[in-house]
Amino acid sequence: MAVQFSQETYRQFEEVLTHYPTKRAALLPTFWLAQEEFGYLSPEVMEYIAQLLDLSPAYVAAVASFYTMFDKEPKGKFHLQVCTNLSCTLVGAQQIVECLEQKLGIKLGETTPDGKFSLSEVECLGSCGTAPVLQLNTGDYYENLTPERVTQLVEELAKQA
Amino acid sequence: MSTMHAPVTLTIDGRPITVSEGTTIWEAARQLGIDIPVLCHDPRLPPVAVCRVCAVEVKGARVAQAACIRRVEAGMEVRTHTDQLTRVRRMLVELLLADHPIPCAKHEKNRDCALELLGEQYGLLPVSSGERERTRAAAPAPHQSRGRLHDRGGTIRVRPRVLEDGHDLSSPVIAVDHHACILCDRCIRGCDEIQNNEVIGRTGKGAQTRIGFDLNLPMGQSTCVSCGECAAVCPTGALMHKPLTIDVPLSETKAVDSVCPYCGVGCAITYHVKDNTIVQVSGRESPVNHGRLCVKGRYGFDYALHPQRLTVPLIRRAEFYPKGPLSKDVRGEDGRWQRKPGGIVDYAEVLPAFREASWEEALDLVASRLKQIKDRYGPGALAGFGSAKCSNEEAYLFQKLVRAVFGTNNVDHCTRLCHASSVAALQETIGSGAVSNVFADIQYADVAIVIGSNTTENHPVAATFFKQAAKRGTTLIVIDPRRPALADHAHYYISYKPGTDVAFLNGLMHVIIAEGLIDADFIARRTENFAALQETVKHYTPEVVEKLTGVPAEQVRTIARVYGRAKNAMIFWGMGISQHTTGTDNARCLISLCLMTGNIGRPGTGLHPLRGQNNVQGASDSGLIPMVYTDYQRVDTPQVREKFEKAWGVALDPKPGLTVVEITHGALHGTIKGMYMMGENPFLSDPNINKVRKALANLEFLVVQDIFLTETAEFADVILPAASFPEKEGTYTNTDRRVQIGRKAIDPPGQARPDWQIICEIATRMGYPMHYHSPEEIFRELVSLSPNLAGLSYAKLGTSGELWPCPDPHAPGQSVLFTDSFPKGKGKFVPAEFMPAKELPDAEFPFVLNTGRVLEHWHTGTMTRRAKALDAIEPEPFVEIHPEDLSTLGLQDGDWVRVSSRRGTIVLKVRSGNRTQKGSVFIPFHFREAAANLLTLDELDPYGKIPEFKFCAVKVEKVREQEDLAAASAA
Ligand code: SF4
Ligand code: SF4
Ligand code: FES
Ligand code: FES
Repeated sequence: MAVQFSQETYRQFEEVLTHYPTKRAALLPTFWLAQEEFGYLSPEVMEYIAQLLDLSPAYVAAVASFYTMFDKEPKGKFHLQVCTNLSCTLVGAQQIVECLEQKLGIKLGETTPDGKFSLSEVECLGSCGTAPVLQLNTGDYYENLTPERVTQLVEELAKQA
Repeated sequence: MSTMHAPVTLTIDGRPITVSEGTTIWEAARQLGIDIPVLCHDPRLPPVAVCRVCAVEVKGARVAQAACIRRVEAGMEVRTHTDQLTRVRRMLVELLLADHPIPCAKHEKNRDCALELLGEQYGLLPVSSGERERTRAAAPAPHQSRGRLHDRGGTIRVRPRVLEDGHDLSSPVIAVDHHACILCDRCIRGCDEIQNNEVIGRTGKGAQTRIGFDLNLPMGQSTCVSCGECAAVCPTGALMHKPLTIDVPLSETKAVDSVCPYCGVGCAITYHVKDNTIVQVSGRESPVNHGRLCVKGRYGFDYALHPQRLTVPLIRRAEFYPKGPLSKDVRGEDGRWQRKPGGIVDYAEVLPAFREASWEEALDLVASRLKQIKDRYGPGALAGFGSAKCSNEEAYLFQKLVRAVFGTNNVDHCTRLCHASSVAALQETIGSGAVSNVFADIQYADVAIVIGSNTTENHPVAATFFKQAAKRGTTLIVIDPRRPALADHAHYYISYKPGTDVAFLNGLMHVIIAEGLIDADFIARRTENFAALQETVKHYTPEVVEKLTGVPAEQVRTIARVYGRAKNAMIFWGMGISQHTTGTDNARCLISLCLMTGNIGRPGTGLHPLRGQNNVQGASDSGLIPMVYTDYQRVDTPQVREKFEKAWGVALDPKPGLTVVEITHGALHGTIKGMYMMGENPFLSDPNINKVRKALANLEFLVVQDIFLTETAEFADVILPAASFPEKEGTYTNTDRRVQIGRKAIDPPGQARPDWQIICEIATRMGYPMHYHSPEEIFRELVSLSPNLAGLSYAKLGTSGELWPCPDPHAPGQSVLFTDSFPKGKGKFVPAEFMPAKELPDAEFPFVLNTGRVLEHWHTGTMTRRAKALDAIEPEPFVEIHPEDLSTLGLQDGDWVRVSSRRGTIVLKVRSGNRTQKGSVFIPFHFREAAANLLTLDELDPYGKIPEFKFCAVKVEKVREQEDLAAASAA
């Protein structure tokens, strides 16, 4: 059988629908529910969501691929998302990316073979005042980054894992 | 839907113009002959204004405005060409060119990439003087001109737009080059808004954005149905039609306006021709299709150029008598039907039985043998099958030949196999077999029922309008036991047990009456026999109907209410209604449903049986039916017969002739001795073909006239090579009753001749001189004998045709019929009781077989299987079975199975599909190597005489390895 929400998630999904005038409008919150439940938005999950919301798969894929916070592949335990938008880039986001790539031995968009770290570049995180910035998973921001600071961060996380 | 718009006056480049409110600046400028460049805009699409090259200055506005989307306002002052605007446009074009291959495939081939043309106009690219080598020289090298910015850390490296896998050649008909794409969104809107297929989206963001198919699949693996609309609207070389014949620039071709030769929708097309070869087909603006096409219309034209076309008359060699089938698989040497990869008739097996002959010899032989049979056995021993693929002129001449020269009314065509039951019911109840409203009327309907029709595959372009209407507010109800793709766009989808249509429809009527949703006034004024209907449907309570059909009682009520309460409701139906032994009853019920709610005589109401063949309406109008002459004038009405006797100068047979299946029976039993077959292939299209095979072999003389060697031609004494659709002129009448001219685009191959000329030759040689100079002259004769067509002429048909009825040459044809009365006077309710199908599944044959078509093929595949693209997309036969039945049978997708009925056996591959109900299987009938009609039942509907193609009992067994191998090697 193809993917399907658990009963509990389905209930939440139905509740979400009541917040919006059209099904289409519930697409982003449905992505969150799906990401929570399945870990990432696989092609099967996107097909499923398209069916749930009466949308074309092409439309669902378009929206999913536009937002960097939705993962289209399985991600590592620690997902480091470096902002490379204008303000961050002006103050050295590229060096942060390079430093992380070196430290983790992976390129942007990849995951370490042990499944611990994933590295991505994302658009403006809305924290330009403290650029450069990265976000860990869906939670904490790490701000005013320097190569030293991110090296330290990676080492701390590696210990936790 | 058209609301009156107030006029608005504005000035554009100092010139005043008045247009209606809501017009865009671009459109208003166009009306003044002012050209504003566009890239993302196409007048057929809703504007989205993403490219901005249409920038114009509007007095008082802060910034330039996008003319393609900005609506006019009173007193607006617009400037379309200023230095500032030129700078803006030039810069936008330059930015887009930075990423664009120069030249892209479109510019290289046709010099009409909209972006590169603008580049040339703004001096960014040299205006190439026709030479078409690839040169990047003059274009700014990508990513070089970008500036270096400094920050504390050093140089910012801008990641260039790198698209991996930019070329996607996976679709059989469209070449994708993502590098050439300017993300104008036209293809997305073309797919979504015009064709309503919703296959394309944008994926990624920023520099990585590109168009994507479904979940960003290669185009050939997506749900794309290859309609080609996206390639038709793409302004650049990003989406290109792959060349199917010769690869030459369109500018070197001649354009010939014609119509599509495939289905009853009758889309207007333009052939692009060079060196007697069709290079490409494009959709043409017309009231029928508004430029839209489907895969067959756009990419299915190369059959005409196939090397297997018949080019000389052929006569059967003496050694090949007594007659019988010639191909090994048809002979079934080891006693059973064999699977044979590759499909179409094997010429090497069949041709040696014939020798080439001159036209003189062949025609003399045909005329003398037919005459001999007539003299020896009487006119009733002769019969003719015309074709719904031929023109009105040819249908008219053919039936004239059979009636006036053969002396019998034994003339029929495949209408018998599609809508004969619908026509019988319509004639009986309202007195006219034609549709009451054109299909585009669905836009005015509040509710539309589409029943027994797989519209997206069989009438694909009509389906695009249905989907569009559903999106815009028409409540669409789809009813079919096998879930059609249209159901995905419907508000309600109802599936019931196959063959229980009458029960379900009676249930709807029961509820409509019980809940007072009838139009009592209409019933009283315009109908008769309502009491009888009421009496019959009284017993069909939703609960009874649930038992008979499997549809929950509540659903029966819901659908009845939705239809019953609609202000304007329309009913469309297809072969799922007509091809049953209860076909006439099914249609009667639909008509009663329409009459009792008064849903007829207004736009957005009425009855529309979707016609199958491109000219099945016209062939019927032209008298290719055993009981009627042209315009449905009965052969057994003395005044009518006198009129035709006078016009044709001979005495005519007063007795209605035999129908298709009756003629076959006649041949089998020796009462029909000689037959003339023009463009029909009953060998595959008729039910229970084992019987057909015997019947054909039994004929004393058979002449087959066709464009290819068909299965039927194997039994011929003489084969005459005919011109194909694009090789002749004639008129064709679509499902809407629109008569349109198909024009000659290329010459026929070898000695092949247009059908009408061949008919004339045979008639003349049989002692009835027939001479016409052109199809137009024949059309004039046809029209002069047909009151409803009386106002039509080639001049009046022009480029977009005309609807009949059109009795008056000075008035347009009528779109909505029966506004005040029916041809019969009052509409008659004819009640029908539910009757189970003739052959129900049992322990030995547990499945119900349903037959039909697939999008890419047409009927017996004579044409479509010789069209490269269509054959590539759907090359082989299959049987569709529900996944749960598959696992019960221990089968997997792709396994070989043997499907048998009491009449025959075929071997083919399984396709798992949940569109087919559990307990049913579906087989398309196009494929001779697994001919579905070996299995079907030739039980007839008692009124329409239509066979039960949609229901018989079969069993499915797995083919064992060794047997499979043996069959394959024998082939
Ligand atoms: S060919 Fe037709 S169905 Fe396929 S993507 Fe293009 S517009 Fe959509
Ligand atoms: S493929 Fe063509 S039509 Fe589609 S967005 Fe790109 S340029 Fe526009
Ligand atoms: S640009 Fe990085 S946070 Fe805004
Ligand atoms: S044509 Fe107007 S914005 Fe593209």
